[in-house]
Amino acid sequence: MPARPLSPHLSVYKMSRYTLATSIFNRFTGLGLSLGLLLLVYWLVAVASTARAYQGAAHFLSLGFMKIVYLGLILAFSYHLSAGIRHLLWDTGRGLERTESQRSAWLVVAASMALTLLIAYYAWHAGARSP
Amino acid sequence: MSLRSPLGRVLGAGPARQGVHHWWMQRLSSLALVPLTVWFLVGLLALPSLDHATVAAWMRQGPTALLLVLLVLTAAWHSQLGVRVVVEDYVHEAATRALCLVTLSFAHIALAAAGVFAVLRVAFAAAA
Repeated sequence: MPARPLSPHLSVYKMSRYTLATSIFNRFTGLGLSLGLLLLVYWLVAVASTARAYQGAAHFLSLGFMKIVYLGLILAFSYHLSAGIRHLLWDTGRGLERTESQRSAWLVVAASMALTLLIAYYAWHAGARSP
Repeated sequence: MSLRSPLGRVLGAGPARQGVHHWWMQRLSSLALVPLTVWFLVGLLALPSLDHATVAAWMRQGPTALLLVLLVLTAAWHSQLGVRVVVEDYVHEAATRALCLVTLSFAHIALAAAGVFAVLRVAFAAAA
């Protein structure tokens, strides 16, 4: 490991900054969604195998604790999508002023909460389906 | 003072010597994933049931299969670009870092291949 300081210099930041919180949460949710991709491919492969094999996979995917996993994935997706759109807007050079970026940070939190509730509602209440 | 031009720095800079390529690919894939993921979620939630027959019938439709292939490929690509940066940021020891990067690359390619193969298998079973 080189002696020079390497990014990210985690120790020099105040951990309560909204910039840091929104950024690191985007990374965490991204990592979570990578695991979600694993789950998606597992499900696709199950569909491609026999109906009997699919039943086995569906049984695993409908286990009680998987609901927590799905809720986590929905939250991760909602946040990563909102924060990702914020990043894309930044890339066009907009919204980089401190007040604007502060406002959009709250907007991202609010939007991801609303989106999470919306998706969770449709997933579990609009129709009686499992998983 | 450096005599390198700003363009030259951008084109060949960074620890991976890739310039802005990684950054640009990350943006492109994220842009594509906005409609793809929303489509997938809406399509999945619109299914009347998640039993094998219903899901297989859905995946057999041409547009569904095509969009699922695009989703798996783009998501795997975006995910690979993302976790790569995480490893580059936090794993400092050279050998461990290389091992992590290679393992994650292989895992993503395998995942993408498995996903695409599964979708196509269901889609082409209809024609057989």
